[in-house]
Amino acid sequence: MVTTVQDSSAQVVRGPATTAPPPARRRRKGPASRRNDTWVAWLLVAPAVLGFGVFFAYPMLRGVYLSFTEFHILTPPVWTGLANVQQLVNDGRFWHSLGVTAYFVVLSVVLGVGVSLITAVVLHRLGVNTTVRGLMILPFLISGVVTALVWTWMLDPQLGIVNQLITWVTGEPVMFFGSGGWAVPTLAALNVWKSMGYNAVLIFAGLQTISASIYEAGRIDGASEWQMFRSLTLPLLRPILVMVVILNVISATQVFDIVQVSTKGGPADASLVLQMYIYDKAFGQFDFGYAATMSLALFLLLVTVTFTQMRMARAGESDTN
Amino acid sequence: MKLGRGVAWGYLVVVLLITIFPFYWILRTALSNNFAMSTDPSSLLPVDFTWGPFKRALGLATPAEAAAEGGSGAKIDLALALWNSIVYAGVLTLFTVVFSALAAYAFARLQWRGRDVVFGVLLTALMVPSVFTLLPNFVLMKDLGLLNTFGGMILPGAFFSAFNIFFLRQFMLGLSNEVEEAAIIDGAGPLRVCFRIVLPMSVAPMATLTLLTFITTWNDYFWPLLVTNDESVRPLTLALAVFKQSSPQASLDWAGLMAATLVAALPMLLLFVVFGRRLVNSIGFTGIK
Repeated sequence: MVTTVQDSSAQVVRGPATTAPPPARRRRKGPASRRNDTWVAWLLVAPAVLGFGVFFAYPMLRGVYLSFTEFHILTPPVWTGLANVQQLVNDGRFWHSLGVTAYFVVLSVVLGVGVSLITAVVLHRLGVNTTVRGLMILPFLISGVVTALVWTWMLDPQLGIVNQLITWVTGEPVMFFGSGGWAVPTLAALNVWKSMGYNAVLIFAGLQTISASIYEAGRIDGASEWQMFRSLTLPLLRPILVMVVILNVISATQVFDIVQVSTKGGPADASLVLQMYIYDKAFGQFDFGYAATMSLALFLLLVTVTFTQMRMARAGESDTN
Repeated sequence: MKLGRGVAWGYLVVVLLITIFPFYWILRTALSNNFAMSTDPSSLLPVDFTWGPFKRALGLATPAEAAAEGGSGAKIDLALALWNSIVYAGVLTLFTVVFSALAAYAFARLQWRGRDVVFGVLLTALMVPSVFTLLPNFVLMKDLGLLNTFGGMILPGAFFSAFNIFFLRQFMLGLSNEVEEAAIIDGAGPLRVCFRIVLPMSVAPMATLTLLTFITTWNDYFWPLLVTNDESVRPLTLALAVFKQSSPQASLDWAGLMAATLVAALPMLLLFVVFGRRLVNSIGFTGIK
C-alpha cells in the first residue's frame, strides 16, 4: 500500500519534467472519473446489495425476532420473551438431537479428514494423474438425495449387495439404518463417502505447494516416509487442514438431506440430527417460533465452534513457526 | 520402499472401488427386472436384463408392463422434474454469477467512497450458516405469495453470493492495470472497461463459479423442500425423495428408482465428463485462495 502511494507521488513529481500533456490529462481525468465511479459503482453493486438486504440481512433479523415469539405461520407472531429459551433448556429432545449431531460431526470429520488426508498423500506420493483425482470427486457431483437412495438400496437388510456379502461372511445381516446403534455411524460413513474426494483434492492442492526439495533434504538426512509425513508434511499442511476441518464441521453440523431421505431421524430418534428436528418442528408441527429459537441456538453454536477452532489453529501455528 | 508403494497402490484401488462401485450398482439395478432381482440379489450383472425400469421412470411403460416387472403404482414425472431442475439451477446460476461479477468489478477496480465498508458488510454473510436464514426466508416467500413458484425458489439466491463476489474480486485484484489504463486514457468509461476489458479477462474464474454454483443448486434439497409442495415446480432431488417415500416400503420398485436416480444424476455425470479436469483444478484453486 505504502509503496504504491510513493510510486504515484513520484510519478506526479517526475511528470512535468518529462512530457507535459499526459500528466495534465491524467489529473483532469482522475477526479472526474472518480466522481463518475461512485455512481457506476453503486449501480454495479446494487443487485448484490439488494439481495443481501432482502434475502439475508432482513431474514436474519427477522429470525432473531421470531426466536422470541409464538408463531404458527397463519396468525401473526406474538412476543413471548424468553419462553422459547426456557422451553429449549427443558427440552430433552433438543439436547438429545444436539448430542446426535455432535456424534455425527465428530465421526464424519475425524473419519472424513483422516481418510482424505491419507488419500491425498497417497495420490501425491504416487504421482497419480488428474483422471484418478477426477474419479475421486464423482460423489461430490451427485446430490445427498441420490447418495442416500443408492446406499439405502446397497445396505438393504435383505436384498442389498453389502448385506449379501456380510450375510455370506457372518451369517447375519446388519440393520444399518434400522438399528439405533448403527444409524448415526452409517450416516457418517455416507457423508464421508460423498465428501472424501472433494476434501482429498483440496488437500492435494495444498501438498502441491510444498516444494519437492524439502523432501529431498529430508531423504538425504535419512528420514523415513513416516518421519517426513509427521515432521514435514503435516506442519506445512496445517493451514489447509484447518480450513478443511472447519468447512467439514460447518457442513456436517447442518446435515439434513441424507438423514431425511434415509432414516427420517429414526429409529426412535436415534439419528434425529438438529436440522431434522428443526424441520420437523417448523413443518411437521408448524411451531415456527420455537424452530427459529433452535436455529438461533445452532447458529450461535456454530459461531462459537468455528472461532474456537480458528483460535486453536492460530495458537498452533505460532507454536511451530 | 517397494512394499510401501504396493500398499499405497492397494489402498488407492480400494478407495477408488468404494467410490465408483455405487455408480455401477445404480446402472446394474436400473437394468434389472425388479421381480427377478429378489431371487438373485448378489449377481454382479443385471438380473434378467431389461429396459423396463427406464421406461417406467420416464413414464413410457403401460401399467401392465410395469406390473409384470415389479413396478409399483408410484409415479414420477421425470421429464417435468428434469425441466424444473434445469430452470431452477440454470436461471439461479446465470443471475448470481453475472451479478457477482458486476459487484466484484466495482469492489476490485473502482475507487468510491464506502467501498471497503460495503464489502466488509457483505462478507459477514460468509459466517452465517444458511440454516439460520432459510426459515425466515420461507416466511418471506409465503408473505410474498411466491410459494410453489420458480420465483420463490430462485430469488433468494439469485442476486447475492458472498463467496462468488469474494472469489471474483480476488481474481480481479490480480489483473494488471495496463490495458485498463490505456482504455481509460482513450476515454472509455468504467462501464465500458468493465464489459469490454475486465469481464472478458475474467472468463475462466467465472466459468469455474458457474460450474460450482450449478452443481450446488442442482443438488440442493432443503430449500426446494421448504418452498415447493407441488409437482409443477418440484426439482429432481425432491421428486426422487417423494417417489421413494410414496412407495410402500415392502414392495419398493428399486429398479425403477435407480433408473430415475441415474437419469437425475446424468447431467452431472455429463458435466463431469466435459469439465472434469477443470473441476479438479478449480477445487484445488478455491482451496488455495
